[in-house]
Amino acid sequence: MEEPTIKNKFVFSRESLKKKFRLSEFLSEKIITGVAFLSITIIVLIFFFVFKESLPIFQSKNKEAVKVESVQKQEQYGADETAVTNAAGQEQYGDVPADRTNAAGQEQYGVTETDSLMTENQVQEEDTIVYGSDEATFKSLTGTQWLPVSDNPRYGLIPLFVGTLKITLIAILFAAPIAILAALFSASFAPYWLREIIKPAIELLAGFPSVVIGFFALMVMASFFQSIFGYDGRLNAFVGGVAMALAAIPIIYTITEDALTAVPQTYTEASLALGATRWQTALFVTLPAATPGIFAAILLGIGRVFGETMIALMATGNAAMTGINPFESVRTLAATIGAEMAEVVFGDTHYNVLFLIGSLLFVFTFSLNALAEFYVKGKLVKRFQGKQS
Amino acid sequence: MKEIKIKTKDLILYYGAKMALNSISLDIPEKEVTAFIGPSGCGKSTFLRTLNRMNDLIPNVKITGEVLVDGLNIYDKQIDVVNLRKKVGMVFQKSNPFTKSIFENVAYGPKINGINNRKKLEEIVETSLKKAFIWEEVKDRLHDSAMGLSGGQQQRMCIARALAVEPEIILMDEPASALDPISTAKIEELIFELKKHYTIVIVTHNMQQAARVSDLTAFFYLGELIEFGKTRKIFTTPDKKQTEEYITGRFG
Repeated sequence: MEEPTIKNKFVFSRESLKKKFRLSEFLSEKIITGVAFLSITIIVLIFFFVFKESLPIFQSKNKEAVKVESVQKQEQYGADETAVTNAAGQEQYGDVPADRTNAAGQEQYGVTETDSLMTENQVQEEDTIVYGSDEATFKSLTGTQWLPVSDNPRYGLIPLFVGTLKITLIAILFAAPIAILAALFSASFAPYWLREIIKPAIELLAGFPSVVIGFFALMVMASFFQSIFGYDGRLNAFVGGVAMALAAIPIIYTITEDALTAVPQTYTEASLALGATRWQTALFVTLPAATPGIFAAILLGIGRVFGETMIALMATGNAAMTGINPFESVRTLAATIGAEMAEVVFGDTHYNVLFLIGSLLFVFTFSLNALAEFYVKGKLVKRFQGKQS
Repeated sequence: MKEIKIKTKDLILYYGAKMALNSISLDIPEKEVTAFIGPSGCGKSTFLRTLNRMNDLIPNVKITGEVLVDGLNIYDKQIDVVNLRKKVGMVFQKSNPFTKSIFENVAYGPKINGINNRKKLEEIVETSLKKAFIWEEVKDRLHDSAMGLSGGQQQRMCIARALAVEPEIILMDEPASALDPISTAKIEELIFELKKHYTIVIVTHNMQQAARVSDLTAFFYLGELIEFGKTRKIFTTPDKKQTEEYITGRFG
């Protein structure tokens, strides 16, 4: 044996134990930290940008007069024609008084012509509130009419919310059972080789471009469902909801499958050793033990549907209606932004309202994900640390 | 010797291409405790799990030979595994209560067998827990989560759960290996009581435990049954040199 040379030998001394500064480690640590904070910061900044753009709605009345002309020039008579003519019939364009600088000054209601048609309470207070003013805009946010490009624009968010919730409900009612049962099959019943095929195949679907699903819904599913149910409007909440379900299934499936396979094998064994069938084991042991994960899966599925734009835009018909009939056309929050953002005038009230919708979507999706995260964590910790069940 | 409860004939088991059990032939008598000992990986747990076909769960397992329980070959194509497992219960190394209340855990077996009468279930739960010597400790908290019990209590509750489906044979896969000495002593005492009514097969790494609780001992090594006989004889005057070396701690 050779005697180790002094150079390699570790000498236990004050000198060798002195703290060392490792530059590369220090730098990489800082870079990683920086990247992490950067991504968080970017998300926060995006939110603040979106929120900031929606702020003018909430601010007091007299502000810059940028949008006076724009309101009139940008009028598009799109979706709801009766409403538009109705509005147009009531509007009298008086002479523009020089001192009035905002849109309110230009559009003023004539008194009680066909007021019975207008259901909004603003109408009753004819002279006090003037359409197009910020006050009117603010009040119309809670209204039931979404007519942003009318002569007297109304920005009622209710139909958009109703549409979004309706389509989300339909999509989840379709997606959740299918995805959960599929996950249960592949986690508990499928032979190993089959599982190895099914799981990646469905997961690949998660990356399927939603525009393709939308196209498919528009061309094939719409006609198919129409021939079954025989409704009038080809594109409606039902078609959109089912198409959205196609987008949500892979997400719900993947997370549910992971939750089910994460249930310890020992539970399954314990149950089988007691003489339970595989079906009983899956239903009474595996599925309950995976509940928190399945709940999270559904919430994430809802988040996906809620924010889905392309499918909504293509397959739902995009008419802002408030009825509960699933075969009616709907307009979702996300689709509204998608459809109108490109047409809107920068700085306009309409523009601000679209950003407000953006903020609402952001807040909603964020809280949904947060709920999924914290509920699941809390629930799991409770289960496995043996608190009261 | 008492009547034979389980009989295996030339049992060979492959995991993929690897032979895990080589031609095991063994007779396990009724209402006695039979212990399997041997170093890790010798096949004793695998063999135990062939007795109620728990190995069916593992992919790529191939089994030849026969396992006769009460004279019936359980690897016969006609046999319903579910009913077999009702007759041959199992307790695992790591206690594995469901994330339910203690009551629900023990009542699970009877429930899946179609007993829904609340009163009857309560009765079964109480007798099972009493048989497993844990009734006194849990009777006031039956509806608390079973996860809140200590390791030893959980294991006894798992035994109660196995007893609730009224098996005839209980397989125990190192039931006390994760427990402290006091809990272990309780489990051993329990085994001693249970053998009056049940046929018990236990795998253990603890030689003293095998010596204390079992009537018969089988020594496995590298997938083969080296020696099988009365526990006293195996531990005092074994026939094979390997057995003696293992028991005296010279290898394994």
